[in-house]
Amino acid sequence: MQFSFTSEQEEFRSILRRFFEDKSPTTAVRRLMATENGWDRAAWQELNQQLGLTAIHIPEAYGGQGFSFVELGIVLEEMGRALVCAPYFSSTVLAATAIVNAGTEAQKRDLLPAIADGSCIATLAFTEPNGRWDAIGVETTAVSEGGQYRLNGVKSYVLDGHTADLIVVLARGDKGLSFFTVPGDAPGLTRRALKVMDPTRKQARLEFASVEALLLGEEGGAAAPFERTMIQAAACLANEMVGGAERLRESALDYANLRVQFGRSIASFQSMKHKQADMLVDVELAKSAAYAAASAAAEDDPDLPAIASLAKAAASEAYMQTAISTIQIHGGIGFTWDNDTHLWFKRAKSSEVFLGDATWHRELMMRAWNV
Amino acid sequence: MNEEIIRADVRAWLEANWRVDYGLVEWRNKLIDSGWGVPTWPVDWFGKGMPAGLAAVVDEEFLRIGAVGVAKAGIRRLAAATLLAHGTPAQKQQFLRRSLTGEDSWCQLFSEPGSGSDLAGATTKAERKGNRWVINGQKVWTTSAHHADWGLLLARTDFDVAKHQGLSYFVIDMHQPGVDVHPLRQMNGHASFNQVFLTDAEVLPEHLVLDVGRGWAVATTTLMHERREADGVRNWGRASVGVGRIYDEERAENATVMEPYKWYPQRAGRVDLVIERAKAAGVNGDPVVRQEIAKLLVLSKSAEWTARRARAAQMQGKPQGPEGSLGKLASSHVARAAARVHTMIAGADAMLTGEDGAMGGVIAEILVSVPAGSIAGGTDEIQRNIISERVLGMPKEPRTDNDRPFRDVPKNLVG
Ligand SMILES: Cc1cc2nc3c(=O)[nH]c(=O)nc-3n(C[C@H](O)[C@H](O)[C@H](O)COP(=O)(O)OP(=O)(O)OC[C@H]3O[C@@H](n4cnc5c(N)ncnc54)[C@H](O)[C@@H]3O)c2cc1C
Repeated sequence: MQFSFTSEQEEFRSILRRFFEDKSPTTAVRRLMATENGWDRAAWQELNQQLGLTAIHIPEAYGGQGFSFVELGIVLEEMGRALVCAPYFSSTVLAATAIVNAGTEAQKRDLLPAIADGSCIATLAFTEPNGRWDAIGVETTAVSEGGQYRLNGVKSYVLDGHTADLIVVLARGDKGLSFFTVPGDAPGLTRRALKVMDPTRKQARLEFASVEALLLGEEGGAAAPFERTMIQAAACLANEMVGGAERLRESALDYANLRVQFGRSIASFQSMKHKQADMLVDVELAKSAAYAAASAAAEDDPDLPAIASLAKAAASEAYMQTAISTIQIHGGIGFTWDNDTHLWFKRAKSSEVFLGDATWHRELMMRAWNV
Repeated sequence: MNEEIIRADVRAWLEANWRVDYGLVEWRNKLIDSGWGVPTWPVDWFGKGMPAGLAAVVDEEFLRIGAVGVAKAGIRRLAAATLLAHGTPAQKQQFLRRSLTGEDSWCQLFSEPGSGSDLAGATTKAERKGNRWVINGQKVWTTSAHHADWGLLLARTDFDVAKHQGLSYFVIDMHQPGVDVHPLRQMNGHASFNQVFLTDAEVLPEHLVLDVGRGWAVATTTLMHERREADGVRNWGRASVGVGRIYDEERAENATVMEPYKWYPQRAGRVDLVIERAKAAGVNGDPVVRQEIAKLLVLSKSAEWTARRARAAQMQGKPQGPEGSLGKLASSHVARAAARVHTMIAGADAMLTGEDGAMGGVIAEILVSVPAGSIAGGTDEIQRNIISERVLGMPKEPRTDNDRPFRDVPKNLVG
């Protein structure tokens, strides 16, 4: 396992950090989060083209850059830090990874290049209104009629589901679980943007009424690639989350150093100092776990399922706790709409739950370790 | 230097040299001469100048072949690190080798009844009389003082300057009439720390470390190492199962000079026991217990990986300063979480101790030893002060003790 970044990786991170500071200040975040789409196609394409972000971990054979989950983790950490409003987790992390894991050679050649160059925005529709994060919750059905698959059912909590060009759908048929692809504008598909607490990451509810779909990979063979995708996605989300947590921790520190009460900076009060020290421990420990997970994903370590869940559990607790403490350190202003803290607080809350909360991932970790 | 070359080198050396019929000291001297005993030390002083991050490879090879290492555990390690940094060549010559062979053992005479967290408030007095330093005062919580040959002593040489300026650092011979050691019984029943009364005890002038009045700088080095190595005795007594003369001698060492550290693994919480204990107790299927175990494992793994990150940074030559404090605070959290989980798993047996207790008393020993970790070597609160001030750059605590001669600073009223 890798416990430090190479100098190239450090350099990559600092380029990204400057870039996102420039392109995704909170004014931009606030503008985009107020829109129904949540992101701006032209702006995202321009930003993406300069760095090739959507291609990072997609293999070169399919138009990607062929980097590992460590580099993807760096991108995510920096995006989480800047709260970049873009269909990145949905398209690059969830959909592309599912296609890499499940697709046939021909399908990968067909689908991945457009996702890699950012011209196609994809997403993965797996959760349903029952809110389960594993395959047991899948009730959407796939039936084959004369060689043509048709989907019926409802998917929910689908990231960028109302704006994606291509939807990878997990459904159940005679032979078990399969993945399918459906264009975003397919007849019979009704998409509704959900009212999300975290407006920087949009979700949708998708109703499938006899929607024509193409099989992705093997019929009845989606269980294993789906599970693998969820594990890799948990590792990815943990990295995105620790980026946001660190940004919050730093903003709390900056504020404490500026605010004066009782004739002295509030940063000089010991309870504030100790809270900051505890925040540092929380965030650094969660970062270590997230980096371990990215490294394990890159190496396809047999221990990845446990480590990814460990990292997701650690990040869920640390991000939320850091958000709570950051508001507390800000006092009244921290509870206002104008102060930026709530933007990260809400991302912390939605990420805490998305892909399964800390309790769920602790249980997955225990199972992976055969306890 | 890369990992593979080092692994091959140390393996070849061990295969050619390691034998179980050596005497302990004889073997350790050989090891010291080879540089493999303390590979991260400078080449001039028994080492190989290896980066800290590569030392793990050497340890792994020792473990693989079952070879005994130099004496590392306990205060001797702090003594060695401090003298390596600040000692004169003569001091290094006199003390380093015999510490590594285990012939000399050490204690740390820092804390006093009136100064614990506030170590710089020491009032033990060192006066120069003729060709000797003469020491008077009292130390407390001194681990291993009853076995120690030498003590690292922080004492005041000047009461008329500001607190931190009036301290000096000495190496004191513990075997002399002016040093009187009284064991203190701890809440876990062990008596590894002591009160030490110093009455006209003597120190040779050449055993002053650095200069008069610069004791605080030297003490800081000792404390930095102490925090960094908060779990340094984790592997206490591990190698002592082998058959052969050297193992017998090592076991004897563990039973005597190393005895005070016997309970140290328990004080760290024994996370290693949790899963097997849960399975043995048949509670590994209980969802509540599973969650608590999992929380503990998340914490302890994350802390371990954080330490690995710090080591990796050190290996790349990035300075490792006060981050050591982060690890110490994290290990307090781990230990407390472990104690909670061990209690859950043991159930009613958590009320019993000794042979009647769970695992023949080991679990009970964990439960009554864990509180030490967040006090010894700097309390959790002091670690938080250090992290916030030195790592995060937050304002220092307001002070009223630095701007006047130490003589005029208000003193402790209890103890
Ligand atoms: C098992 C064990 C082994 C030890 N071994 C040794 C040894 O070998 N040699 C040696 O010299 N010492 C040793 N010690 C002593 C140890 O270093 C001290 O006990 C410790 O530093 C705390 O000092 P104190 O006991 O005087 O408590 P105090 O300093 O009186 O602290 C009491 C409480 O006040 C808090 N406090 C104090 N100052 C502050 C502050 N500025 N801000 C916030 N809170 C504060 C503390 O956190 C603590 O909660 C050992 C202690 C233990 C438990």
